[in-house]
Parts: sequence; structure tokens; C-alpha cells
Amino acid sequence: MEHGGGRVRVQREPFDVGAETALLTAGSRRIGGVALFVGLVRDFSQGRAVTKILFEHFPGMAEARLAELREAAIARFGLIDLVVVHRCGELAPGDQIVLIAAAAEHRAEAFAACSWCIDELKRTVPIWKKEHAPDGAVWLEAHP
Amino acid sequence: MKLTVRYFAVLRERAGVESEVVAWDGPAPDVEGLRAHLAARAPALGELLRGGSLLVAVNREYAAPGTPLRDGDEVAFFPPVTGG
Repeated sequence: MEHGGGRVRVQREPFDVGAETALLTAGSRRIGGVALFVGLVRDFSQGRAVTKILFEHFPGMAEARLAELREAAIARFGLIDLVVVHRCGELAPGDQIVLIAAAAEHRAEAFAACSWCIDELKRTVPIWKKEHAPDGAVWLEAHP
Repeated sequence: MKLTVRYFAVLRERAGVESEVVAWDGPAPDVEGLRAHLAARAPALGELLRGGSLLVAVNREYAAPGTPLRDGDEVAFFPPVTGG
């Protein structure tokens, strides 16, 4: 099922930031700016070396929550459009995890929306990460 | 009535299954009733099901302990989310 008109996705494949930005801006000439957040896998977390991260999601519910998040952000910040892509499966250090691309008439709303969206995503979207290290693997605890 | 129970992340690993069908006799439970039943049944999983930070979704919407359950509902138990 497609959520948010294809503007929110959970996928195994990497995303193309340029292509996503082009999709975001193709439909409007009112857009004055696009703010991007790209989350990446680090090779170090909470004092441990990280060799890979497994991302597990709740299919259907994760996409539905992302679509709700998109609608809420558009309303809250008066955005023209918003794309959110989150990857699932096994990712290695340096790999992309998440893309948030917010298009608005002015930069302030675009920056604010990006920041708000990643915070809300981390708080509400049913996705979990299991970090693998040389000495074993652990499910991450939620950040307060 | 029958309920489909799903587990994610550390709960899925501890349960040893991704999902199971639970047949329920008697009055329909709420989320808390189902959680207590599952926790009493399997000690290893029960420890996690009794945790204060447990999250529950009924038919893919976040639910509260008092959310009533109906025949055919899908009830998912999972830990606090850590995406992004």
C-alpha cells in the first residue's frame, strides 16, 4: 500500500537525495528552499565499535505513522511538500538510514520542519535498531 | 474469540515467534488483560511484557492498557522505538 502519495517509504534500497529533491520540487514554483536531513550509520555508538545495524520495522504501521507525521508537519510548518524515507534491513557504517526533505516558501519553516520531523520519527515511528559490535549485538534502548 | 499477537525487536526474539494466534475464552479482554495472560504464560517473555516502557498497538494504532479487544484484532507488543 502506498502512503502519503509515495512521499513516505520504508525501503531496503539506498535513496538518491538528488532524485528525491527533484521529485519534491517538480510540482511547485512556490518553493523557496528545501532543507534536508540525512541520517547515517556511525562506526561508534555509546562507547562501542559498531560493525553493522539491523533496522526492523512494523510493516504497515511504520508507513502509516510516517504518513501521519508528514501530514502533521505540513500543517504545523505550512510546508509545500515533505518526503520521508527510512531504510530497513542490515546497514553498515557510512550507509544512509533516513532522509527528511522539507520544501517550504522560506528557509526557517524548512529547517524547523526537518528538525521536528526527525525528533518525532525517533519518538513515534515503530522502527528498532540492533547494533552489532565485535563482542555481540544489542537492541538499542530508547533515548530519553 | 481469536486474537493475532505480534512481537517486534527484542520481544520477537524472546518470544521465539513473530506472531501467534491466541484463542480467548470468556469475556473479551482489554489490552491489559491480554498482556497479563501472555506474561504469566511465558516467564522469559513475561519479564519484557511486564516492563514499564512496553508499547502496544491494536490494529496498527497505539493503544492503552484499557483499550478493549474484539474478535480478530491484531495486537502488537514492542519496546520503545529507536529508529532514525
